[in-house]
Amino acid sequence: MTRAGAIASYAGRRFLSLALTLLAASVVIFVLLQIAPGDPAAYMMGLNADPRALEALRAELGLAGPPVERYLNWIGGVLRGDFGVSYTYRAPVSSLIAERLAVSGPLALLALALAVGVGLPLGAVAAARRGGPLDALIMAATQIGLAVPNFWFAILLVFVFSIVLGWASAGGFPGWDAGVLPALRSLLLPALVLALPQAAILARVMRSALIDAQGRQYMLTARAKGLSESEALRRHAFRNALIPALTIIGLQFSFLVAGGVIIENVFYLPGLGRLVFQAITQRDLIVVQGVVLVLVLIVVTVNFLVDIAYAVVDPRLRRPA
Amino acid sequence: MSRSPGLLVGAGLTLFFALLALASLLWTPFDPTAFDVPARLQAPSAAHWFGTDHFGRDVLSNVMAGARTSISVAIVAVGLGMAIGVPFGLFAAAAGGAVDEWAMRASDIVFAFPALILAILLTAVLGPGALNAVIAIGVFNAPVFARLARGSALSLWRREFVLAARVAGKGRARISVEHILPNIGDLVIVQGTIQFSLGVLAEAGLSYVGLGAAPPTPSWGRMLAESQTIAAIAPWTAIFPGLAIVLCVLGLNLLGDGLRDAFDPKLRARR
Amino acid sequence: MPSSKFKECVDDTALRGLRPGARRILERRAKKSVRWFSSKFRSAVDRSFAPADTVGALRGVRDRAGQNRPGLELTLTERAARFSANWDLLGRALALLCLALSPLACGAPSSAQRRAEVVIGIPLEPPNLDPTAGAAAAIDEVVYANVFEGLTRIGPDGAVAPALAKSWSVSADGLVYEFELGAGVVFHDGTSFDADDVVFSFERARAPDSTNAQRGYFEPIESIEKLDVDRVRIRLKRPSSAFLFNLGQGDAVIVAPESAATNATNPVGTGPFRFAKWRRGDQIELERFDRYWGEAPKIARAIFQILSDPSAAAAALLAGDIDAFPNFPAPEIVAAFEANQRFAVVKGTTEGETILAVNNGRKPFDDLRVRRALCHAIDRRALIDTVGFGYGTPIGSHFAPHNPDYVDLTHVCPYDPARARALLAEAGLGGGFTAKLMLPPPGYARRGGEFVAAALGAVGVKCEIVNLEWAQWLKQVFADKDYDLTIVSHTEPMDIDIYARDDYYFQYRDEVFRALYARIVAATDPAERSRLLKEAQRKIAEDAVNVFLLEAPKIGVWNARLKGLWANSPIQANDVTGVYWSQGDD
Repeated sequence: MTRAGAIASYAGRRFLSLALTLLAASVVIFVLLQIAPGDPAAYMMGLNADPRALEALRAELGLAGPPVERYLNWIGGVLRGDFGVSYTYRAPVSSLIAERLAVSGPLALLALALAVGVGLPLGAVAAARRGGPLDALIMAATQIGLAVPNFWFAILLVFVFSIVLGWASAGGFPGWDAGVLPALRSLLLPALVLALPQAAILARVMRSALIDAQGRQYMLTARAKGLSESEALRRHAFRNALIPALTIIGLQFSFLVAGGVIIENVFYLPGLGRLVFQAITQRDLIVVQGVVLVLVLIVVTVNFLVDIAYAVVDPRLRRPA
Repeated sequence: MSRSPGLLVGAGLTLFFALLALASLLWTPFDPTAFDVPARLQAPSAAHWFGTDHFGRDVLSNVMAGARTSISVAIVAVGLGMAIGVPFGLFAAAAGGAVDEWAMRASDIVFAFPALILAILLTAVLGPGALNAVIAIGVFNAPVFARLARGSALSLWRREFVLAARVAGKGRARISVEHILPNIGDLVIVQGTIQFSLGVLAEAGLSYVGLGAAPPTPSWGRMLAESQTIAAIAPWTAIFPGLAIVLCVLGLNLLGDGLRDAFDPKLRARR
Repeated sequence: MPSSKFKECVDDTALRGLRPGARRILERRAKKSVRWFSSKFRSAVDRSFAPADTVGALRGVRDRAGQNRPGLELTLTERAARFSANWDLLGRALALLCLALSPLACGAPSSAQRRAEVVIGIPLEPPNLDPTAGAAAAIDEVVYANVFEGLTRIGPDGAVAPALAKSWSVSADGLVYEFELGAGVVFHDGTSFDADDVVFSFERARAPDSTNAQRGYFEPIESIEKLDVDRVRIRLKRPSSAFLFNLGQGDAVIVAPESAATNATNPVGTGPFRFAKWRRGDQIELERFDRYWGEAPKIARAIFQILSDPSAAAAALLAGDIDAFPNFPAPEIVAAFEANQRFAVVKGTTEGETILAVNNGRKPFDDLRVRRALCHAIDRRALIDTVGFGYGTPIGSHFAPHNPDYVDLTHVCPYDPARARALLAEAGLGGGFTAKLMLPPPGYARRGGEFVAAALGAVGVKCEIVNLEWAQWLKQVFADKDYDLTIVSHTEPMDIDIYARDDYYFQYRDEVFRALYARIVAATDPAERSRLLKEAQRKIAEDAVNVFLLEAPKIGVWNARLKGLWANSPIQANDVTGVYWSQGDD
């Protein structure tokens, strides 16, 4: 088999498993929501609701009918790109998700950029100074980065940077139409909060990957060629160490898109996490289903892309499992 | 390079919090749930080392009792994850082939779900409370242990002592229990320590959004949630529970890393 | 008085009112020179950090005054002052940031724009914007009186006033209402308003397939007929003393047949503001409708900013991102605003009776002695101090204290834990028992629940707290009645009728009260009605149906120069039609 053919067939297999994962996820999420107690119609109509009005609303929302039929209707719509209409907002779920992704997506990217920008260099420095005081300091810092609960860190940051120093806004999102700069500025603190543990993880992964690479054959060869230690590190070890780091970065992106639920609440950002949190409490089931499915889609797509990238780099992975 | 300082600090902190939690069963400076309305929102003092909250409850007593909640929820949740995940992984490794493939796909699906959102959803289904927080955290721990157990078991299946056991006519299940499990025990314990620290963080997060242990059971996460609006006038109500979480998680992480190094000298160089 | 002293102190340090000034200066001078900026910026930053001294000075005031008046109030105020000094710093720092960044399109609108608009904070996002198809108070908080109008309306004092109906007459038997409609009224989409729209709206609301949450308001209607383009006659099946009031509620607003189906996302009413845009999860914008039939509002634009987190709401107010938060959710922060002269803190009344609801249908709560014991166990004053941080009015029955027909019945069941224990012993429960306390999400319920659990625990009733989301609460407590105790605020005006309802969630089944309530509904003589209402209050207080805790406070915090917002909440609305900015110096 040619190389391209092997990759294509590998990609085909992975794609099939991606589709199956999505399908299974859609069933799981639908079933979970069916058992959740609470009635979206009752939520909307409140304490003194008229029982007949409630019935009418239920019928209008399409909450009547057997579950299998409702599942097929929903998934059929999703396949055509129609995620249904939100019960409470009465607006198309797809447009709600798109609006929120415009906040959560850039937030995740910004956080990831910060994590990569801080984490990788720190990891490299720690590896280069392995065993030294700087290494110990960086490793201690990463331990603390991993241990701080993000919502607490968020509260502290707001207190220090917004209230005492006044360097950043305490929260809110002016919208992209207010200009790119104000929008980015409002995402800065939340991105910092989200980036902290990720940067710590990246630094640790980078450090151990670099140290691992230092013991490898190609490094010995490189040093034998007469390259200095730091040159050898830069030219050979760094590139090899990037592979595990990239895997982690791929995982982190999908985690960050969904991981901001609590942080979005602290900074009152209209993101995807807050949409789904609110939808769960209001029993806006169709929105919950849609958002979770999109999040799962992001996760499996990113994993898929990382796997393909691996296959391109590393021929051993192309063999059937 | 020696990693023992990390291990020592980690073990020390972990022991400290374990003792704190145990001590709170017998004694706390004040009843953590007792109100003292006239003494509310007092700054740290000789009587109340960590100050008092909006109901006049002693923050130190609540931090102590909160350690009990956090630790017990995390232990049970991680135990649950182990109890589901390890046998699952051993079974997948022993069965191999299509069964293995499907088992790993199933764990992929759990991995693909946004954990926090699913935990929120689970508590929406089951109702909030410590037990349901345990289930929500446990469910997401299971695939971690399943993968770990499967991966290490697969490599063990190729080893001579396992082959010898097979030649001796032992069944796959028996081999898994008698030969594989004892050999992956240390790895499971190391991973368990790490998951434990993540469990403490997860419990705090769930309590913070109101899905953890119900009041009056003290909980670090809920203390932080309640103190958020009064943090500016009574910062001690937010600082001490937060520090408790940081130190407890830090201790567990250091302990986990230290244990891993101690168990596996080959890894010592890398981690 | 110490508090005035420290206010002077704040004045002296010129903390007050710097932000808007700074903002204007920055706008005028932004174009001049970058160098001017940097010097100004640096010196302003230096000044920003001066208030460390303020805190010291405040402490001095405390120490001196503290000798006469030690205790909680003073320390709280002092903390509030420090807090507000900090927050003021935030406002100034933000302004400075704007100063530095204004050439780069900082979000601050120009002062001219600022005067023409108002940004109002609301705690919950409305699920949709059609008040006739949902009960969420958040809908009315945006659209009532602003976008939609009914035949009548409820004024700031809770009285019924004319709206789309400029006048009406009621027959002597109270069964026939004739409304005369205003002329020249148009909907926002340009279609005209007439009697047909009224008939359409009410027929739609009372139809069998209606999704109006308050279909009951229209139930007494026998028939609706159009007499003329501008005259409508409504016949009732029986007299209803609340009919005109109910027609003034959000659920009874007039909608047009052309737009009724899409009001949820694109509301079209007859009000002085029309819907402009909705950034979901963030804000809803209304703009002045130029063809409004009545007096044009002074502001051109009203923006409702959704801020569910109380600390975020406080930060937004102090940073000037919002101008008002008419229903501020966190009393613990309010003290900080009271200490800050930039803000007006307005304490008003609501229709929210907050009660510890008791499942009268369940043992042992079917026993009057047990219910009275619960009530004697709770110190309402301490509850208000800790949960409401001092805000709230104790109540002894299910009736709003500001209502003219209110009687104070808090003495019927005073705080008396010894008596509570004795009553429980008398009921054969001297050994104590366990009860399930179900709590919905709002802060008053969750915090109040902790207080109630501790108070009941002290007399031997062990409470198991179960926190529920609203959806779960509605199902488990409200619909299935699977609970012992719960805490909830009944926010509907004049809702004592719930004690006469069949199968209502606290399961009070009392024929005497039902007969009494039927007489109230039928009473056409105001004096007689008042007497009966007082009797009804007494009846449920004596039966200790629920533990009546407090009337929820309405704490409004807004920019001191903003005028025309309602102080009280006779209905849940944020009527911005009369809002304007006073001409202040700053």
